[in-house]
Amino acid sequence: MPEMNTSSLPDLIFTILFFFMMVTTMREVTLRVKIERPAGHRLEKLARKSCTSFIYIGPPTEALKGQFGTGTRIQLNDKYAEASEVMSYVRNERSSLAEEDQPFFTVSLKAHHESPMGVITDVKQVLRKANALKIVYSANKADK
Amino acid sequence: MAKKKRKMPGLNTSSTADISFMLLIFFLVTTSMDTDQGIGRTLPRAPEDEDQNNTQDVNRRNLLDIRINSNGMLMVGEDYARIEDVKEIAKRFIKNEDNDPNLPELFTKDIDLIGKHDVTEKHVISVQTDRGTPYGIYFQVQDTLVAAYTELRDELAREKFPPAKKFAQCTEEQQDAIRKVYPQKISEAEPYDYTKDGKVAK
Repeated sequence: MPEMNTSSLPDLIFTILFFFMMVTTMREVTLRVKIERPAGHRLEKLARKSCTSFIYIGPPTEALKGQFGTGTRIQLNDKYAEASEVMSYVRNERSSLAEEDQPFFTVSLKAHHESPMGVITDVKQVLRKANALKIVYSANKADK
Repeated sequence: MAKKKRKMPGLNTSSTADISFMLLIFFLVTTSMDTDQGIGRTLPRAPEDEDQNNTQDVNRRNLLDIRINSNGMLMVGEDYARIEDVKEIAKRFIKNEDNDPNLPELFTKDIDLIGKHDVTEKHVISVQTDRGTPYGIYFQVQDTLVAAYTELRDELAREKFPPAKKFAQCTEEQQDAIRKVYPQKISEAEPYDYTKDGKVAK
């Protein structure tokens, strides 16, 4: 029985590999806040993920509860921050985009559904001052 | 000497597949394919001057204010309301079918593809919250309002552009026309600290 020619197998795998390398976003942050997003029915998909920055709002995760308490925290990148720090975060994120992408800069608020609106309003006010006006209230799709 | 051309042994590439498989699996695991979903909003510009209050004067009848307190209780206009009722109230408010003097003013507008249509052009829906309002409730209200607009737009799409059953199935121009009839006007209201004084924003 003639052996099957497997010499093109690596090429094939490489092609798939490149595809996944392309779509992977390596900037996944480790969440330090617990986030159970609210559920909604009428959601839109985020148009450009590359132009989006995330702000996480919620109580510290179980592991960090002992150290940081249970109050609602804001997380930017990998650390906790105050609402006022959102300003410089947003500016940095926006300037890191290509110039033609900057008008599409969007901030996605991933917030725990029990967070008080006060924190979220504070963040929104800072976003307005930073002129980052496009926001998305991130949510899960509610099952019917 | 020249004849002694040694045959080069081929490089054994059988393990390349394994190596690339390993890389592939690594990327498969780290990839997060979930696309973020949510409700998109555009915030109003920050006022130029700190003290300057950029509140717009809105005719009372054009305004539907929804207030949510820190217990997640809702008030629409002057009455308590349940979250399930908000959609119907909002739909009635946006449409103002019978030209009710308590509901937004109607302006007859000439719109491409649709023709003359009454539009409650100046209506504004504002959602006000307390600092302690849970975000989940606020989000549900926002979601319900989007649902109200979507249903109205779907209705109009069915009526005006028959084969289409939904707003989303219309062409770009048709969608534009429908958007002109039912423009989405949800105000991201200035936060108001109710604990500061007993005054209520008019």
